[in-house]
Amino acid sequence: MAKIVVVTSGKGGVGKTTTTAALGAALAKSGQNVVVVDFDVGLRNLDLIMGVERRVVFDLINVIQGEATLNQALIRDKRCDTLSILPASQTRDKDALTPEGVGIIMDELRKKFDWILCDSPAGIERGAQLAMHHADYAVIVTNPEVSSVRDSDRIIGMLDSRTEKAERGEQVEKHLLITRYDPIRAARGEMLSVEDVVEILSLPLLGVVPESEDVLKASNVGAPVTLASPDSAPAGAYFEAVRRLEGEDIPVSVPTEKRGIFGRIFKKRGA
Amino acid sequence: MSFIDSFFTRKRPEATSSNVARDRLQILLAHERQAKEGGDSTLLRTLHAEILEVLARHVSVDEDNVRVKLDRGQKCSKLEIDIQVPQSGLRAQVSTVTPNEELD
Repeated sequence: MAKIVVVTSGKGGVGKTTTTAALGAALAKSGQNVVVVDFDVGLRNLDLIMGVERRVVFDLINVIQGEATLNQALIRDKRCDTLSILPASQTRDKDALTPEGVGIIMDELRKKFDWILCDSPAGIERGAQLAMHHADYAVIVTNPEVSSVRDSDRIIGMLDSRTEKAERGEQVEKHLLITRYDPIRAARGEMLSVEDVVEILSLPLLGVVPESEDVLKASNVGAPVTLASPDSAPAGAYFEAVRRLEGEDIPVSVPTEKRGIFGRIFKKRGA
Repeated sequence: MSFIDSFFTRKRPEATSSNVARDRLQILLAHERQAKEGGDSTLLRTLHAEILEVLARHVSVDEDNVRVKLDRGQKCSKLEIDIQVPQSGLRAQVSTVTPNEELD
């Protein structure tokens, strides 16, 4: 039974696309069939983060409008053959994304894949609503910053009212993923702590991804961070997140301050 | 200098900007969540907006200083409208039971 996951946030620039690519690759690495679907019609970027931008011929809208088959539009990852991407259209109007069309595509994808990861566009409009509509699970990507937390709260409200599951009286299984976390600044009281964000949004924590140059490097070369540098701290957080998404009950590793020897001595004296 | 700074912030955790952020969010989201839950909230929102509109013709009042609350009881309900006009100290309370202690 395929599982549909929406990666959403409300606010833009918090790391939805990075997260979709990283979680997708991490799931696919374990041998499961995974597709990542870009719902950001007009501003597609998942293809670029996945490094397949030059292989896009047909897209989601072409399939919805019957101009291409699903198999023609799906692009298989060259590094990991159980991972595929369904790109969004860059030229079409976002109104071309219809609820009926999305429904048909989701039904087809369900037959082919174990996991369907939907990369939501920013905002709370049509595109974001369509991306979440069929979801069984939601990964709410939040930065430890006031506007991101507020927007996440709005999105959580929508997940509870505007999805297929909500319409059936069921619940989308919601998970919080904190990204761009800077443990040093959080320890200094300059950034909302993990505990603060979890308490405010009251969602189970899927993982904490530290702010890291590895994420930027991975996007530079067009690879999910879990493929580009699997031993890095952010990749570790994503691998852990995937295990929790699959139902494993493991403690969340919260990144800590990396202090030098002097820092440690001072910390002990200060305490 | 950063580690010295961190000692000072550690000693006074209530003063950090992250604590201010947390408190602001908790207040804001409590408001926004209340506004989302249909039913009474539609009435309360309409009342809030219209009261503000009437007030704005005569005095300058901050949106946050007009509070409309409805407590549903078994026999009767209590509609509480609390308007604070901070500058002049003028204050109007309609049908409230306890005076608000927060005023200066």
